[in-house]
Amino acid sequence: MSNPSTRYLPAGLPIPVAEPDGLSAPYWEGLRQGKLLVQRCGRCNNWQFGPEWLCHRCHAFDPAWTEVEPRGRIYSWERAWHPSHAALKGHGPYIAVLVELPHAGGIRMVGNLLGDPEQAVAIGADVEGVFEHHPEQDPPYSLLQWRRP
Amino acid sequence: MTGGARNERTLRGCVAVIGIGETEYYRHGASPDPEFKLALKAILAACEDAGLDPREIDGFSSYSDDRSEASRLAAALGTHRLRSATMQWGGGGGGCCAAVGNAAAAIVAGLADCVVVFRSLAQGQYGRFGQAGGIHTVSGERSYLMPYGVLAPPQRFAMRVQRYMHEHGVRQEALRAIALASYHHAQANPRAVMHGKPLDVEKYDASRWIVEPFHLYDCCMENDGAAALVLVSAERAKEFRHKPAYLLGAAFGSGHRAAATAHNAPLYATASFDTVAPDLYRMAGVGPSDVGVVQAYENFTGGVVMALAEHGFFKPEEANDFLTFENLIAPSGPLPLNTSGGNLADCYMHGFELVLEAVRQVRGMSTSQARRSDVALVIGGPMVSPASNLILGSEATL
Repeated sequence: MSNPSTRYLPAGLPIPVAEPDGLSAPYWEGLRQGKLLVQRCGRCNNWQFGPEWLCHRCHAFDPAWTEVEPRGRIYSWERAWHPSHAALKGHGPYIAVLVELPHAGGIRMVGNLLGDPEQAVAIGADVEGVFEHHPEQDPPYSLLQWRRP
Repeated sequence: MTGGARNERTLRGCVAVIGIGETEYYRHGASPDPEFKLALKAILAACEDAGLDPREIDGFSSYSDDRSEASRLAAALGTHRLRSATMQWGGGGGGCCAAVGNAAAAIVAGLADCVVVFRSLAQGQYGRFGQAGGIHTVSGERSYLMPYGVLAPPQRFAMRVQRYMHEHGVRQEALRAIALASYHHAQANPRAVMHGKPLDVEKYDASRWIVEPFHLYDCCMENDGAAALVLVSAERAKEFRHKPAYLLGAAFGSGHRAAATAHNAPLYATASFDTVAPDLYRMAGVGPSDVGVVQAYENFTGGVVMALAEHGFFKPEEANDFLTFENLIAPSGPLPLNTSGGNLADCYMHGFELVLEAVRQVRGMSTSQARRSDVALVIGGPMVSPASNLILGSEATL
């Protein structure tokens, strides 16, 4: 399905899995296939992320999963220095970004900004998605990271 | 009571705080007492302060899934009966004022007569808020954050503050002024964990980043302890030892889809008081200019900037001018802030130490008494949902 990718953060951080009720299963399965799937209501076309069983705009149940292009722009960012997890001890700074997707109703998602962890970061800058696959992990999973084009 | 008054649903002036109590405050892991024992000590101290037989307590109210459960407390204390047991949903100290509001509502509704509101928290015994460990897999909100190193509150809130600073041109100095004010007040408060450990501009600027834009001193402590207060109806308030602190208003909640997961709140750069602050002022019948002293929950100083702006003390674009050390200190700054030292320097009692300090201000018994203290505002944990706030007042404000 997917080969292991270079990881941005060390192994040992919590692994994302779908809820027992399966709400986000299509999202995580999509990432494993190298696709970004988000919810878009089949009745009113409202975009929604994170997923929910109900469209918050028109109250239709089970909004459809739609593939969108993984690109967007930086809405906010942070550079973390303090290790809040044992896996990060001695790792040094890393950057998390909040990316908005203007072509998908402005939904936002959090990822890491690849590259120099001490680089200057500008709100509004364009970024493109990079899938980070971990098929060797138990359970296997994939993340969506971001880089400047 | 007229028909009109009966229809006016309010807590204003209906209940009063008659007693406050707290344990010694400890660095995380330093409490010699188990968490439940800390809760009992704080509650008994609050009853002692009021001159109340603890067996008369008939209700308990707390927040953030406090582990010291109401029925166990009632049994341990040998209360005559239990009538009200209320837990406010949500974490992050967002409920520290809501717990008081819920208790007040129970009294006003006739469900209970004498309600203890408290928070007991021993992070040394149950895990530090600032560390995420022992988690193999995550689902839901956390799954969109933790694999990317957005693990604990500092990383969860920094992007929100960064966006706010970007939108409104807020500088680091505004955050620094809040830290300096809290530490300044803690030096006058012998109970404060950071008493005897002053902070100045150079020390702040030289301190390490936890996560940009938060230096070490922008972040709350992690502590062990407990704090409690006793509420009764206003009719009974003068039977007790101290000057009552009347509840003028309380409000809780958040705006439209504030809790949309993975940082998708439509209004992102907010402390979550955009709807809650107007609700509070409406119930209390006062405005920002009437408030003489403020206790504002500092999970992080950036949240205080947003919370104070949303409570109308300045416009976001004026934050750099308003948030100076001189403006924020008792007795004579225009807005004395966190006069016991708050979460940064008194104790991270999950914000409940702020409510107790507001009572002391109304009584005139703070170690950093504000010049105007008849109307005392408490702002609970910012940037969470539900958030909450309250206003206490002296008898003169009724």
